[in-house]
This record gives sequence, C-alpha cells and structure tokens, in this order.
Amino acid sequence: MDTRNTNLVDELTCQQLVELVTEYLEGAMDSTTQERFATHIALCRPCEEYVDQVRLTIGLLGRLDSDQANTYNPPPKLLEIFRGWREPRAES
Amino acid sequence: MQPAAEADLLAALRRGDEAAFVTLVNRYQRALLRLALSYVPSQAVAEEVVQETWLGILQGLARFEGRSSLKTWIFRILINRARTRGERERRSAPFSDLAPPDNADEPAVDPTRFIPAGQEGAGWWVTHPQSWEGMPEERLLAAETRAQIEAAIAALPESQRAVISLRDVEGWSADEVCTLFEISESNQRVLLHRARSKVRQALADYLER
Repeated sequence: MDTRNTNLVDELTCQQLVELVTEYLEGAMDSTTQERFATHIALCRPCEEYVDQVRLTIGLLGRLDSDQANTYNPPPKLLEIFRGWREPRAES
Repeated sequence: MQPAAEADLLAALRRGDEAAFVTLVNRYQRALLRLALSYVPSQAVAEEVVQETWLGILQGLARFEGRSSLKTWIFRILINRARTRGERERRSAPFSDLAPPDNADEPAVDPTRFIPAGQEGAGWWVTHPQSWEGMPEERLLAAETRAQIEAAIAALPESQRAVISLRDVEGWSADEVCTLFEISESNQRVLLHRARSKVRQALADYLER
C-alpha cells in the first residue's frame, strides 16, 4: 500500500493478518474480526496476494494425487491377507 | 460414506465378501499410506504398517461396535500402528533425521518481512508477497512443483503433517480430523495454520526463484 494510514485498515496490521488467515478461511472468526480482516485485504494489495497464495497452495495440495487412477487395485498381498483371514472362519 | 452404505459394507465384510474388502481398500488405501508417512520414515515401512492395519481391521471386525464411524475406526488403528512403528524405527536409527518438533510459537511468515515494532508503519510488509497470478498453470501443476510440495509436507512436524494431509490433501472435514485425533477444533486449526504457512513458504521459495 502506498498510503500507510492505519485508519484505513482498521488496526489490523499485515503481520497480524497473516496469522489469522486460517481462521478466516475456516470461517471461524467472529463477525467483527471477519469484517476487519475483509476490510484490510480489500485495501491492502500485498495481503490480498498473500491470502490468494494460501488459497492456491490449498488448491494444489488438493490436487496432489489427482494424476493417480481413481481405482486403486489392492496389491496381491492384501488379497492374500483377506483370504487368509476369511478361510479359517469358513471352516469353523 | 452414508451410514446406511457403511452399515451394508460392514455387514458384507463380516460375511467375508471380497468385493466389500476391495471397495474399502480402494477407498482408503491412499489416505492410509499418506497418513502413515507422517509417523514412519519411508514408503516401504508405511506400506508394511498399512498392511498390518488391514489385518488388524479384519481381526477386529467382530469387536467393532459402531460407536465411531468405520472410517474413524480404521484410521485410528492405522495411527496406533504407525506411531508404534515410528517409535521403533527411531530407536533403532538414533542418528537418522528426526522430524522437527511441533514448535510452540512459530509465526506464519518470517518476521523480518514486516516493519519492526516501534518504527513507523510497524507490522506492514517490508517486501510484498509476489503475485502468483502471472504463473502459467502448467508450471503450477507440473510434476516438479508437486515434488516441491511433497518435500515441504515431508519436512513438517508429525502432527502438522498429519493434519494437513487429511484436511487439504485428502479433503477431510475439520470435524472428522478432530474426531480422529481427539483434539479441539482450535488445536486442529493451529496445526493446520502452521502446516499451510510452511507449505506456502516452500512454494513461494520455489516459484519465485
């Protein structure tokens, strides 16, 4: 921000804001703090960038396994384990 | 899983239905492996632990009373085994890299990025975060970027790694994670916050080179 007028961002500093991001994204803030937070990022480009970076990070985390096939074929060992568990019971 | 569907699956499994077992493995194997890695040092050990978990699940089926969801129960067994195995691994390899401890008071962002207290503009960014808007999507989704993220996750302390794995990678709800670890929502949120902050930083370091 060019004008570092603390009145414009209602007391919340950038350094405080970055510690509140998760609370904000989880929707766990009281309405006063939430408004303060929203006002700050509306007026502070760097903080808006930061929150966007966090959002993007979360998005990428969610896509980490996206290249893997949706169907996971159990390794043969697991099926062996299952059948080994099942058989003694069938006999009893 | 809906309660009715879960109950059916459970019943089928108890009857020895292999298809039900395959369904369950299909559904949870990846998440189990990923969570195991929060506690044990290698993929190979994680696979062993998960295998033992499945056997434990089958053997414990008769005792499962349904007080928790099947999913919670399965993952609790995993955590139990993974923690035990993790401790054993650490004892037998005392000089190997230990996971960093969950730190009580780490800020999300390096404090030197902000104007210090007592100065004009205290608390404001000194150097602004770069915009990632201009980054091409192919770069963000590339294998190398993914590898960086995985490395960042692997460097996290145990609890932070477990929480971010389940919440952000596997998509569990806050409720599910809190129930699994028997921690409060705010406790869970602190762990998630620290983990996300570190991963963001690692990504920033990589993307902004």
